[in-house]
Amino acid sequence: MAGNAQRITLAKGLNMGLRKAMEDDPKVLIMGEDVGKLGGVFRITDGLQKDFGEDRVIDSPLAESGIVGTAVGLALRGYRPVVEIQFDGFVYPAYDQIVCQVAKMHFRSQGRSKMPMVIRIPFGGGIGAVEHHSESPEAQFAHTPGLKVVACSNPVDGYWMIQQAIACDDPVIFLEPKRQYHADKAELDESATPEPLFSSRVIRQGTDATVIAYGPMVKIAMAAAEAAATDGTSLEVIDLRTLSPLDMGPVLESVRRTGRAVIAHEAHVNLGMGAEVSARITEECFYSLEAPVLRVGGFDTPYPASRIEEDFLPDLDRVLDAVDRSLAF
Amino acid sequence: MTQQPGSPGFGPDLAEVFGPSQSDGGPELVQLLTPEGERVEHPDFRFDSGDVPEDEAIRGFYRDMVLTRRIDTEATALQRHGELGIWAQLLGQEAAQIGAGRALRPQDYVFPTYREHGVAYCRGVDPLNLLGLFRGVDHGGWNPNDNNFGLYTIVIGAQCLHATGYAMGMQRDGVVGTGDPDRDAAVIAHFGDGASSQGDVNEAFIFAASYNAPVVFFCQNNQWAISEPIERQTRIPLYQRALGFGFPGIRVDGNDVLATYAVTQAALQRAREGQGPTFVEAYTYRMGAHTTTDDPTRYRLSDDVEHWKLKDPIARVEVYLKRNGLAEDDFFAAVRTEADELGHHLREGCRALPDPSPLSMFDHVYAEMTDELAAERDGFAAYLESFEGAH
Repeated sequence: MAGNAQRITLAKGLNMGLRKAMEDDPKVLIMGEDVGKLGGVFRITDGLQKDFGEDRVIDSPLAESGIVGTAVGLALRGYRPVVEIQFDGFVYPAYDQIVCQVAKMHFRSQGRSKMPMVIRIPFGGGIGAVEHHSESPEAQFAHTPGLKVVACSNPVDGYWMIQQAIACDDPVIFLEPKRQYHADKAELDESATPEPLFSSRVIRQGTDATVIAYGPMVKIAMAAAEAAATDGTSLEVIDLRTLSPLDMGPVLESVRRTGRAVIAHEAHVNLGMGAEVSARITEECFYSLEAPVLRVGGFDTPYPASRIEEDFLPDLDRVLDAVDRSLAF
Repeated sequence: MTQQPGSPGFGPDLAEVFGPSQSDGGPELVQLLTPEGERVEHPDFRFDSGDVPEDEAIRGFYRDMVLTRRIDTEATALQRHGELGIWAQLLGQEAAQIGAGRALRPQDYVFPTYREHGVAYCRGVDPLNLLGLFRGVDHGGWNPNDNNFGLYTIVIGAQCLHATGYAMGMQRDGVVGTGDPDRDAAVIAHFGDGASSQGDVNEAFIFAASYNAPVVFFCQNNQWAISEPIERQTRIPLYQRALGFGFPGIRVDGNDVLATYAVTQAALQRAREGQGPTFVEAYTYRMGAHTTTDDPTRYRLSDDVEHWKLKDPIARVEVYLKRNGLAEDDFFAAVRTEADELGHHLREGCRALPDPSPLSMFDHVYAEMTDELAAERDGFAAYLESFEGAH
């Protein structure tokens, strides 16, 4: 397949990545509700049970704690389970297993029991769903030592990052921006060398301010940068990609140059990822800052009914408004 | 007002269906050795000591139980002397643990809660490692894969799912139902009556049934979840819940080591052969406190404790051995000596357990250390070194 590039969606990238990981390692298992015959409610696991069998693509009872808890046992037996949590808001029944068991098994056992598990969570809003189907729980997991948390934002990253997460010996919370699943296509070259999993990346260069985003907000940040350019403002855009560990290198380097930072995410602003990124920028490049670090995010309300979710979700204008406020200092 | 079962139109009277609550475990209790030390027959289960002569096996159980009780009493004393932060006592549950522990084969795997000191002993875990956890030097110092004995789990019932998942892994590894006794394996999950109320335990039942996983759910019903009596957990005998999940449930006299061994052995064998999960309810009593921080006199009657003392799991084996001339005085003396030596080992060893270095807290958070945590560790190391003479 070397050099044989193809245009794929994020859903396709993840599906291809999962398939590749299962082909490469017979210990990789997929578990979750509806992941088998149906191929998952978003069809991310489409066709995998047909090709790998019911013992490797396991349709689970409807019990999130059960899915994660049994995956703990399978990991202890030497398997590499990849579990799908159908929607972000459904992860909470499994919260205890994730933060008390998955996150701590390696620590508790002094490194004797590895927990190479991937917990895939389609996250974020913008699809007109009912309650509990549009949330952004990343800070809850990034706040938990022992877990690694990443968020992909595009089809190519989807393909590579899922494979890298599965290969990682630590448990990885793998966040997938569900409104991007079928939205845009990108060119995938399977022979390329991927970026390291736990790395942030500058995806657009600019000089006036740095906009930092991840997951579904990356597309918004890029659109904002396009729009700003027409007004003569040059924005640098960083896709964080990894939330725990945070790769602050590219962020700090960028902010030292631009002197201004705006962080955008869908999650509630209070105690969200933006607060952590902001704190670290302030600690590390205080004397380079021309303005306080600003945050743009979902309001500190429960996720609202979908008819007004566009008002909750940060859009291009709210990002640009924050950029304007930063530039005004 | 809540409608009571038995009221018109509310279905059958539970007391009629299940009978009145019985403190002796009821007629369904599998028993092979009475509290008076007499062997009795059961239509479905019998004690089979395998290649070991029966008398020798029973003497072995006696020794196991005495040593296990000694671990418990020494640890309790060490807690009282301030050497342990806390201790979860097992007094009264020795037969349930030794019976279950000795029914295991080396290739079986154990997922314990935090009171399985007797099972740990059966698996060859140095009890000093158990003390380390309660002393606070680590979260469990033994390698789970050395003895196929997992680390203690503090969150109630969480390990039942791990056990089920591990059993599903055994299925995929092809070590179930092969007919090779040295290869076929099963998992046992230990938990208490309080845990039976947890979602994870019930989810484990569902997953195990759904996948026919080779797992034995071994519940030590010691009647109390800290201060909450069994009546606060269930309206029906616990073992009967299994039927609702689609697999067999058995109630065994948990103070009878022979019966516990026989029932657990049968359940494990069923699992190894690929016939799926079994629920074993070992009907027993927690003679001591939940932990050393607990005060049972606030919530239960001393009469109950006196009643259960008459069912002591060790005393009945001792009576049986003595009355039938199966063990001489020198045997009992030798066991006492061994218990004293174990006690000495625990007292000396506990005090000698070294505190971990502060920087060790950064070890093993991740299999692949992160740069940001390494930086935090290095910063703390430099801070510590800034104090003269500090480590």
